[in-house]
Amino acid sequence: MRLGVLCSIVRTEEKLIFQALRARGVPFEKIDDRQLSLDLQARQLPWDIVLERAVNHARALHTLKILNDRGVPTINTWDVANVCGDKVLTTNALVQHDVPTPRTRIAYTPESALATIEAMGYPIVLKPAVGSWGRLIARVNDRHAAEALLEHKQILGSYHHSIFYIQEYVEKGGRDIRAFVVGGKTICAIYRMSEHWITNTARGATTANCPVTDELDAVCLGAARAVGGGVLAIDVFETDQGLLVNEVNYTMEFRNSIGVTGVPIHERIVDYVLSVGQAQATTATR
Amino acid sequence: MPKCLECDADIRLKADVESGEIVDCPDCGTEFEVRSVDPPQLDYAPKEEEDWGE
Repeated sequence: MRLGVLCSIVRTEEKLIFQALRARGVPFEKIDDRQLSLDLQARQLPWDIVLERAVNHARALHTLKILNDRGVPTINTWDVANVCGDKVLTTNALVQHDVPTPRTRIAYTPESALATIEAMGYPIVLKPAVGSWGRLIARVNDRHAAEALLEHKQILGSYHHSIFYIQEYVEKGGRDIRAFVVGGKTICAIYRMSEHWITNTARGATTANCPVTDELDAVCLGAARAVGGGVLAIDVFETDQGLLVNEVNYTMEFRNSIGVTGVPIHERIVDYVLSVGQAQATTATR
Repeated sequence: MPKCLECDADIRLKADVESGEIVDCPDCGTEFEVRSVDPPQLDYAPKEEEDWGE
């Protein structure tokens, strides 16, 4: 099996995956997207399976499409990356599959966005459709803040900031849940706790183990199915109305979750990658 | 042992360091990317881009 791992900088997660592969004696090629030169006329590519771990969404998206169209299975697939990399598409997929998610609307101009915000009521959360680690998301408490933010986005933002993703503000009691789904199984979950309303660990949230209840498992598997499955991190809010899926991440970071859960997430990812690769090899030899 | 490109401090790389890994200078905190493990070579770490994430 010619396994490739697409990445650029090597985070703790990639390092753990490399170490797990080497410990099992699985050869792999580290594909540095900064050195990659893909021939679009080529019908075949030199990998049987590729694990995508790129930090750049745009590079991941294009590479996955090229690989998948030439029959190279990837984890995750282009379809999954495309949906999860865009919050509008993620929310749309969740709603289409009846997965509970916060009330969300989109608008395309500052004027229609302001009217939408006023209709939804304050506070609301404005997010860029593409982005991660809690960057550039804003809680908007009143009309003055909304007007200022929308003007800033219009004048200073790149084109995708003109897609206004407007989400109801969910009071989550200082924490949310991040659950990890690998190959159709919720393998573990953590609470992410912060006094700040943004609870990303990249923004300083602390973590604790979260038991995977039947309710959490069902919601997470539903979310995973909605976006196409694979290796995913599901962000979930606990509310009086039940669990709500906020976002789904397709190149998940998990360094802060191994210790608190006791689950070697990198090993489960490698298990899944190898099982997909072996299934592909079996199919190819038939 | 590679040296910090900013302050010339020694940067000790761990035995299991990977090419592509980001390391910090222990003195000035500047981030570097390990471009080569053997021989050890560092360059400034890439700056975070708008589509970086998970």
